[in-house]
Amino acid sequence: MVGNISISGVSKHFVNPNREHITALDNVTLDIPSGSFVSLIGPSGCGKSTLLRMISGLITMDSGSLSLDDAPITAPGADRGFMFQEHTLFPWLSIYDNIAFGLRARGIYKQEKDRVDEFIDMVGLKGFEHSYPHQLSGGMCQRASLARALVGKPKVLLLDEPLGALDAFTRMNMQDEILRIWKETGMTAIMVTHDVDEAVYLSDKVVVMTPRPGRITGILDIKLSRPRARSSEDFLHYRAEILRKLHYGGTIKEPSYYI
Amino acid sequence: MKHFIKSLPIFSILAALACDILLPDSAQHPVAAHSYFTWALLIALAVYAAALLISLNNKKVRDKLSYSALFYAGAVLVLNIINLLTAKFAVLPVLYFPSLDRVFGVLVEDSAFLAKCLAYSARLLIFGWLGGAIVGMLTGIGIGFNKTFAYWVQPLVRVLGPIPSTAWIPLVLIAFPNAVSASAFLIALAVWFPTTVLTSSGIASIPNSYFEVSSTLGADSFYRITKVGLPAAMPHMFLGLFNGTCASFITLVTAEMLGAKYGIGWYINWQKEMMAYANVYAGLIIIAVSFFILITLLFKLRDHVLSWQKGVIKW
Repeated sequence: MVGNISISGVSKHFVNPNREHITALDNVTLDIPSGSFVSLIGPSGCGKSTLLRMISGLITMDSGSLSLDDAPITAPGADRGFMFQEHTLFPWLSIYDNIAFGLRARGIYKQEKDRVDEFIDMVGLKGFEHSYPHQLSGGMCQRASLARALVGKPKVLLLDEPLGALDAFTRMNMQDEILRIWKETGMTAIMVTHDVDEAVYLSDKVVVMTPRPGRITGILDIKLSRPRARSSEDFLHYRAEILRKLHYGGTIKEPSYYI
Repeated sequence: MKHFIKSLPIFSILAALACDILLPDSAQHPVAAHSYFTWALLIALAVYAAALLISLNNKKVRDKLSYSALFYAGAVLVLNIINLLTAKFAVLPVLYFPSLDRVFGVLVEDSAFLAKCLAYSARLLIFGWLGGAIVGMLTGIGIGFNKTFAYWVQPLVRVLGPIPSTAWIPLVLIAFPNAVSASAFLIALAVWFPTTVLTSSGIASIPNSYFEVSSTLGADSFYRITKVGLPAAMPHMFLGLFNGTCASFITLVTAEMLGAKYGIGWYINWQKEMMAYANVYAGLIIIAVSFFILITLLFKLRDHVLSWQKGVIKW
């Protein structure tokens, strides 16, 4: 069993600039089985990003317990790859050096250097190794940042709205890329998103969260075979179900006049 | 038209030579040992003619010449006018505006002594500049990365930094055993402040996400400082070094008044007191040329270190 995340009774409070106490997460319990693709979805302030950052170890929790394969998570580590909304590539390093950064930082570059080329290939950036990030398009930079997160063989890939800054078509292509790579590597993927379609298209499990205080209000298992058709009836059913749980379902009213 | 512009410097030099040789020198000017200006013009003529010949076969030289030819012609014209205003017609006060023959003469006749002065200044500048730059970068890094260090040192930087380093002269003279170390300290102080401030503010302006992403990739804090913090702050650090370098030039010339035996700033000051203005101008030319070379070297170094910025920002 590698890449199993278990979250139990996790809470987190913040003090906002107006000195008000905000409960970002209130007693959240969730088990993420290894090898699954889980999306956290909900409006701003529901604590989904906070939860993701906690799993990465970038922020600490106030109470509860959080573990990866039964080992408690206390600090960031290379076993959990993180992909941010912005590509956050280092502008002073070439694409190759950006992707190799983690291996060098851990002192395993010499043994593992073939993996850099392998992942450059996997995300389709062959021929761009020696370019700098500013010379590449937004989509290509996100590919590079995906390769950078993956090259160290993490057990878990954490995605914080990784496609939010891309245009709709690049976004759909990248969703397919992420799915393909997730399947090839067999790791656990946890993604934060605002986009209901994206969540249904990618996930095995969609975790619906609501704000003030941040809580899980529903967990949906998406029982659809892949590749999924974005306009199939089942797909739309799941979509509607999630929107209803988020209270954005709306009601179909009798129109007040007819044309 | 292109050929005409490229031949303009030739005409300009010939015109200057004609004025210099055909017109008689004003009797008010002391006679120079040789007509150095004439020689300088002849050398310029030979060099430019050679460059023109090379440009026939070399595209790089050709492009450079067609870009700069107009400037060269203009520069020679300015020298020609200065020559007319001083040596030929003595329009400007003779004491303060010596003839070009005499200024160039100093550069030739006094060259050994000037070189010695330049070497003394260079020694002072190198020790002071390196000391100030290194300590400045370390202080900036300390303030940028360590909260305790910032708490105690930042107020010190804020209070001491803005004091012009030359204002320390009375104190420095007592505190240091000799004039050389005192002057080097003043130069170091002048370089230290801008380098510290811009290094620490450069580090403060690094997006937090760079550090976050590097820690999720398994980098420890030393690796984060050296491989993320420093390169990200490098553009600011260079800005600080530039400001510091300019401040160091100012301080150098002032510091050499502290009982120095040699030095280019001291030379200018000494010659001014002797009312030897030809020597003053010669010293100024030396300073201008050497500072220009130093700044150019620093630019080259920056372009090399920050080559990744090509096409991102220009400053």
